[in-house]
Amino acid sequence: MTALAITRMNDLFAVVMLSGIYSLMSAGFFLDLDAVDVAFTEASVGAGISTLLMLASLKMVKRYEGKTKYKPMLALGVVGATALLLIYGTLDMPHFGSADAPIHQHVAPRYINDSMAEVGVPNIVTSILASYRGYDTLGETLVIFTAGIGVMSLLRVSRETKDQQQKRVPADMQQQIILRIVAKMMLPLILLFALYVQFHGDYGPGGGFQAGVIFAAGIILYTMLFGLSTARLVFKSSLLQKLTAVGVLLYAGVGVACMLLGGNFLDYNVLRHDPVHGQHLGILLVELGVGITVATVMITLFFKFTWRTVKHKYIEQ
Amino acid sequence: MITHYPVLQVIIPLIGAPLCLLFPVPRLAGLFALLVSSLAFLVSCGLLQQVMVHGTLVYALGGWAAPWGIEYRIDYLNSYLLLLVSSMSTVVLIAAQSSIRRELPQNRQTYFYTAYLLCLTGLLGILATGDAFNVFVFLEISSLSSYTLIALGTDRRALTASYQYLIMGTIGATFIIIGVGLMYMMTGTLNMNDLAERLPEVNHSRTVLSAFGFFIVGVCLKLALFPLHLWLPNAYAFAPSIATAFLAATATKVAVYVLIRYVFTVFGIEYVESVLPLQEIFLVLGLVGIFAASVSAIYQLNIKRLFAYSSVAQIGYMILGLAIGTQLGLAATLLHMFNHALMKGALFLAIGSVVYRINSSQLNHMAGLGRKMPWTMAAIVIGGLSLVGVPLTVGFVSKWYLVLALLEKGWWLVTVLVLISSLLALIYVWRIIEWVYFTPARIHLSEVREAPLSQLVPVWILVIANIYFGLDTSLTVGVSKLAAQSLFGLFGAAP
Amino acid sequence: MNIIGLYNYWIVVVLMAIGFFIVIAHENLIKKLIGLSIFQTAVFFLYISMGKVVGGTAPILDDKWHLYSNPLPHVLILTAIVVGISTTAVGLALVVRIQEAYGSIEEHEIQTLNAQDQIECQLEAYGFMKNNAFSVKSLDE
Repeated sequence: MTALAITRMNDLFAVVMLSGIYSLMSAGFFLDLDAVDVAFTEASVGAGISTLLMLASLKMVKRYEGKTKYKPMLALGVVGATALLLIYGTLDMPHFGSADAPIHQHVAPRYINDSMAEVGVPNIVTSILASYRGYDTLGETLVIFTAGIGVMSLLRVSRETKDQQQKRVPADMQQQIILRIVAKMMLPLILLFALYVQFHGDYGPGGGFQAGVIFAAGIILYTMLFGLSTARLVFKSSLLQKLTAVGVLLYAGVGVACMLLGGNFLDYNVLRHDPVHGQHLGILLVELGVGITVATVMITLFFKFTWRTVKHKYIEQ
Repeated sequence: MITHYPVLQVIIPLIGAPLCLLFPVPRLAGLFALLVSSLAFLVSCGLLQQVMVHGTLVYALGGWAAPWGIEYRIDYLNSYLLLLVSSMSTVVLIAAQSSIRRELPQNRQTYFYTAYLLCLTGLLGILATGDAFNVFVFLEISSLSSYTLIALGTDRRALTASYQYLIMGTIGATFIIIGVGLMYMMTGTLNMNDLAERLPEVNHSRTVLSAFGFFIVGVCLKLALFPLHLWLPNAYAFAPSIATAFLAATATKVAVYVLIRYVFTVFGIEYVESVLPLQEIFLVLGLVGIFAASVSAIYQLNIKRLFAYSSVAQIGYMILGLAIGTQLGLAATLLHMFNHALMKGALFLAIGSVVYRINSSQLNHMAGLGRKMPWTMAAIVIGGLSLVGVPLTVGFVSKWYLVLALLEKGWWLVTVLVLISSLLALIYVWRIIEWVYFTPARIHLSEVREAPLSQLVPVWILVIANIYFGLDTSLTVGVSKLAAQSLFGLFGAAP
Repeated sequence: MNIIGLYNYWIVVVLMAIGFFIVIAHENLIKKLIGLSIFQTAVFFLYISMGKVVGGTAPILDDKWHLYSNPLPHVLILTAIVVGISTTAVGLALVVRIQEAYGSIEEHEIQTLNAQDQIECQLEAYGFMKNNAFSVKSLDE
């Protein structure tokens, strides 16, 4: 399998590419197991964003891995012990695919049978994600936000150098006219698709997270073809920074609004007179919050990484 | 509003963190963070009082009753720790204002405060929740923000320390979700109480045993139990002083809490003792940890690293208390968690003041500082004595209860070893005293003055707390005992 | 016992072992992160596999279907994927900074450099170096 090839390769570029392929294959695997939402996310995140970030960082490090002087015996021992423990654990597991496993008996039936009446959204994954376990998703949004803060603070560029450098960075693909035209045609479609995924998450696979990633991917495509400087004119880093916060605040704000209206935190039922309408409104708003934070953090990540590496390249020259 | 206290506890810093990012001036962001943390502190006082009066509080998030939704469940144990974390965070933030201005460049200060609040949110979230997967989510919030906090240190070794912590921490977290996943697979639920009810039915299965194994290893990585502690000394030594003070006082305690919560509430102590010689493992690891780390501490030249190793040793004491497996032993562990937070908070904050003045945390640079910064140094000495376990300090109280618990169990040899290990602590504390008071000052110290009042006050709040809770033990011992009682009471295993 | 019924979980174990091995045994910091993400993906497989019901379909309600796969693991894994990418991003940012500060991302080279830093501190402590540690470095680069 691809994973094995990754261990043996010294060429980091190839390794990153392989890991992208690995993610895409995982997405296929998830699809096969009926996890459409997960497949969607894995394809956009694992194969898309994380490969991009890896490539951006590769730009500034050596392409080839050094010869490792590792102690394979110790590592093999630890890994072997872990694997054995897990295999030992699998022996008593309910069989793959069997419908009478405990997880299909206890909590899940209520989601499958009652979520239509209680939340009113056909996509059960969305109703659990945004409503039953909405608090987890708030935490997840906060995790993304935290990652944004981490990267922003680590890869901060001071102001003067930024201005000097800004003028000197041309787009790498200035000459590719066909690509540029195609991209210009694609961009609105991608953004439109992002919006579709954002607001159609109730009915099909998708939702705030996936939409945010797709939106960011559109912007990143634009950046790659038209240069970082151009893209940064539209998306100022201070604006991006504020928007990341706004997304989280929107999500938490919905929760607080529910509290003020007399419900529990994130209890959307109280938002409208009719609980199901309230749920709809709540889910719409929190998904929007997730979408905003995810999109802005992803764009920020990409900008920070490429900016840092481009700067590095120029300093070296 | 009172009914919302459990959730307010966590969402106040949760909302505070993104708001903090919106402040244009770092100084304001700092004050805002202080305000947020103080509010959280007030809420936690209210919570503890509520729990004392009404018993366990349950709050269903999103209005969905558990196990379908996520619930917050506050009992003696976690209200006590919520109070600990939020109070430490507030005191540390008072000192942070001036220290951060000195240690970090202007454009990173706002990020520091935001990450700090995120870390606080994560820790409080782990404490408050009654849902196994929610623990993982908040664990990651606190870990990711602490990687950031550590990497903000000015020494380049802060970066590698943070990277190492990231790798270890993520492995730990992944082990934890494997454990949670296997438990879920066997029971179909993620709610801790529901798990506790359903696990006994499938106790015999190898999957549950494997789940337990993964979970324990994962948590032990997080709490830096010897020999999984390798990430801790570097992380503490090179992080900004304020981050070190906060993390040392709170983060490992929260990991110990997770361990206690799972061993006692979810799996049940009877199950744990029946399947694994966990007592013996913890006993050995605890003792070896205490000795190995104390000896390493003696050889450190950097005072932050010295106390970081000492933290690893103190975790050994907490684990030892757990290993005893009796109600008194558990109470001793809980007591030591609280007391250790007071000691390490005071010590690392005082070290922060030293770094503020002389821009170094090397012991040799501190030579003769006793005369230049008498109050700060006195605080370090008292904190150090507390670490050793001298009477009149909190350190004495927790050692006392630990020894009582050990004697009750009849473990004479272990008791003797614990007393000997205190002598090791005395050695490293003495080394500091020697450098600070009995070595002639260097010339460049002539201009060094006492730390600013904004740092002395929080340091001394903690020092006085060290002494106060050493004399008046009714609150700490009382709550620890109640918490231990309720944990054992759940399963009727009380001896 | 029907071993065939567990094959899916054993694939998970193999993948997990590979990922974990890369994390522990390799010295290149980027490769370690890739290993970490393989390790995490293996856990995703574990969760998603347990949610599958043979003959079931994706958990989107529709009149034509009556048997659905369990949606809860899907939700949990969505969260875990997000956590994974966040960790990778922060890790990569650290790697970039480490490359800038050390000029290398091989673990043993960095350890050598760290040891040198350590020795410098020690030497200076015993008076072999000039006392420049006190000059307050300008913090704004």
